[in-house]
Amino acid sequence: MKLQDLNPNPKPKFPPILPRTKHWPIVQLAKNRKEFIADVTRESIERLGSLTTKRSLKEELETTVYREKMRIKRNPWRVDPKDEKSFWDSVQQRLIEVEALPDSESKDVHDKILAEIVNRYSNEIAGNFRPSSYRFARRVVTLGFARLLNAARFKGPWAVFRGNLDLDDKIHITGYTEHLRKLAQKGTIVMVPTHFSNLDSVLIGWVIQFLGLPPFIYGAGLNLFNMKIFAYFMNSLGAYKVDRRKKNLIYLETLKVYSKMALSRGCHSLFFPGGTRSRSGNIEKSLKLGLLSTTIESQRFLYQQAEKEKSDPQKIFIVPVVLNYNFVLEAPGLISDYLKAQGQERYYMENDEYTSSYKVFTFLLKFFTKGSDISVSIGKPIDILGNPVDEEGNSLDKNNQVLDTRDYFISNGKVTVDHQREEEYVRILGKRIVEEYHIHNRVFASHLVAFTAFELLRAKNSKLDLYTLLRLPEEDLVLDYDEFLKTFMKLRKKIFKLNKKGKVAIAEHLQGDIDKVIKHGLDNVGLYHATRPLIRRKDGKIAIQDMNKMYYYRNRLNGYGLEKHVK
Amino acid sequence: MALKSTSNSPVGVVGAGSFGTAIANILAENNQVLLYSRKPEVVEKIAKTRKNVGQDIHDHVTAVADLEEIGKRCNVIFPIVPSANFRDMVRNLAPYLRPYHVLIHGTKGLDINLPKGHKISPRSPLTREHVRTMSEVIAEESSVVRVGALAGPNLAREMAAQQPAASVVASHFDEVINTGQKLLKNDRFLIYGSNDLIGIELCGVLKNIIAIGAGMIAGLGLGENSKALLISRGMVEMIHIGKVLGGNVHAFLGLAGVGDLIATCSSPLSRNYTVGYRLAKGETMKEIMENLEETAEGVNTIEIIRNLGAYYKIRVPITETLHKIIHGEMTVQDAAAYFMKFPFRAEIDFI
Repeated sequence: MKLQDLNPNPKPKFPPILPRTKHWPIVQLAKNRKEFIADVTRESIERLGSLTTKRSLKEELETTVYREKMRIKRNPWRVDPKDEKSFWDSVQQRLIEVEALPDSESKDVHDKILAEIVNRYSNEIAGNFRPSSYRFARRVVTLGFARLLNAARFKGPWAVFRGNLDLDDKIHITGYTEHLRKLAQKGTIVMVPTHFSNLDSVLIGWVIQFLGLPPFIYGAGLNLFNMKIFAYFMNSLGAYKVDRRKKNLIYLETLKVYSKMALSRGCHSLFFPGGTRSRSGNIEKSLKLGLLSTTIESQRFLYQQAEKEKSDPQKIFIVPVVLNYNFVLEAPGLISDYLKAQGQERYYMENDEYTSSYKVFTFLLKFFTKGSDISVSIGKPIDILGNPVDEEGNSLDKNNQVLDTRDYFISNGKVTVDHQREEEYVRILGKRIVEEYHIHNRVFASHLVAFTAFELLRAKNSKLDLYTLLRLPEEDLVLDYDEFLKTFMKLRKKIFKLNKKGKVAIAEHLQGDIDKVIKHGLDNVGLYHATRPLIRRKDGKIAIQDMNKMYYYRNRLNGYGLEKHVK
Repeated sequence: MALKSTSNSPVGVVGAGSFGTAIANILAENNQVLLYSRKPEVVEKIAKTRKNVGQDIHDHVTAVADLEEIGKRCNVIFPIVPSANFRDMVRNLAPYLRPYHVLIHGTKGLDINLPKGHKISPRSPLTREHVRTMSEVIAEESSVVRVGALAGPNLAREMAAQQPAASVVASHFDEVINTGQKLLKNDRFLIYGSNDLIGIELCGVLKNIIAIGAGMIAGLGLGENSKALLISRGMVEMIHIGKVLGGNVHAFLGLAGVGDLIATCSSPLSRNYTVGYRLAKGETMKEIMENLEETAEGVNTIEIIRNLGAYYKIRVPITETLHKIIHGEMTVQDAAAYFMKFPFRAEIDFI
């Protein structure tokens, strides 16, 4: 794959594909916000009615009230509306009163309560996109991004406040950029990036605008709206709100309907299908299928609609995107979460690192000023079942023959609704996205040095389990450089082989003189952590200073079967 | 006779062997059926005589020699060809297959898909990665996703004689199971559904190994006690392999597992059983293969499972011993004696 550096050109390389904001689907959506919310509410209620769960509506409502009240008590956030407690109290009260009524009347009350809850949820989820503030926010973000990046590189932190807007080559965007731009004019794009850092969404937001694409809508954690300033930017950039504390069926269905209907109206969307940031440093292995399922549902809906209106169906294209960093600021916290969760219970509380403006500011500053190379690989666009899509938007089968995606929804010659079938399709799509992640993952030297050192230590201590291995005493954490070099070389060869077969991408700096590559890796791995995960000592040996962090960066190369080559 | 099926398109059956023909006849009770054979003389013979492999052909069955016709006219297709030809068949059919097609196969064998230049050796052993069930071959070679498998105690000759029987249609898609049920079900044929596609496929595949063993015991005249011993030990062996290959224990305890195992191990009508029987009577493998009318899948399966057993370190004493017999490294008599001394450990340890 060719590396496509961003050149320091003040004119954007990619002109906007839809210059007039009023044509953006998201603007249309924002204009008709009220009507849209009403549609979402209506369809959610319909769907909840058709869902065959073991519980009755009454039980579903009772469970929801119970959970919501527990949440309010145990885990309140600043962003929560003031009337929350009184609302749920009143729902509870009415549910009790209704017990006395005969069945026929109580059903009406239950339906009414459901409608109120769904309406409340869809109002909460819906974004507040305003084109005017989008333009402002976009300018701030781009400006900030560019300035911060530059400042870090050349001129020290204070240069942030001086002129010079050139973007340097810190962010590498590689892959199918033109392809993506073409398809964005032919259909609806769903971008599905890997998720490592909280700033991924800002980075992706910037990439989207850099590529000249109209804004995407995306689900942002409600916790990010706790802060007014964040809330402002999120809203203006097309975010809708996802509250991970609410796990009740009614909420989840409303959320899915919201996403499905926005997609059906042609809003390009962004999902992080891994759900949360990768704790282990692994590329996502299994995806959260909930939101992903809305792409399939929406595509089927679009075919149904086209059939009814005798129009051309709008197509949905999925674009996997892999982000790679030498350095992830949150790595220490993430990996310790992961180890705790694996070692003891599978459950951990989501800790909210974004509580105060100060913390966020320092985070941002560190992220932008200190982040060394960042790479964004735009994967090959696929259709909703994972078939590759050409630049005209045609899906291709295994023999490169054009394939009609509509056929996936056909039974006996007609488009039919079959939820179980679609569930199975989501699973297929999820698997395909994970495969694409592995293909478009770009191996950095920094990942490979961490991988090499970790696997060498593992091989030397083959009897230890992971937890004991991570707690090896300091004197065992030293590796001979020659030994390290030999293994590194072997692994690099394997990676080149995989790359030739199209199974993984490589950063350009991985090629060339081996000592230089290792040096590059060591210089960059976990660059700005308080203690660097591994270094080369003055006596030439490789010393590991932080096993956990090294393990985190090592995990980036999981899933390629490389470990079996280290003995 | 009025047709029950609501859809107008005919149902396709690919492969006019004895099981394919029997299934075509059953389908014909509710539907129009296109039966494909790659041999033009068979198609001609069916058209002329309305008979094939000793079975009368139902009026609703039309024999065709053109895969394109099958793909274009049928929404639902039952591929029933030997595993050795399965991949080629799917490749030839693939240009006419679309994602709306439903494929329910009835082939009880495995496929090996090695990368170019890969030779099986101790250094590069055969693993699950290289082995495909038939549903996996379909997914790999075509754009069809709605795939199912048909498995159960279905001796073709008994079905042709219109004796009552039941079978399992397995698929990840409820739609496929329902379609299979709707098309196949009649007063003499009952259809169960299962979501464990791989498990059900493996049941059908693995029981063939045990059937060869059962045939040998019969050939040696060792009696029902020893046959029951073999069947129950064989069942355990099947489950251990099945679990490693991605199946679920439950499948093996059902109609397609224990049900099919009993039928195949008790009936001289079964091909795999016949192979074992003739080996015990002193014929060599070569002699048997020369005049066997249809493929005995078990022989090939033994090779594959022996390799997989070695790689995944599971004990497969029955498969191992049969492998030695087939390759002339052990006589049937020695094998019987060997088994009486074999240190089987805990009887059931998989539930």
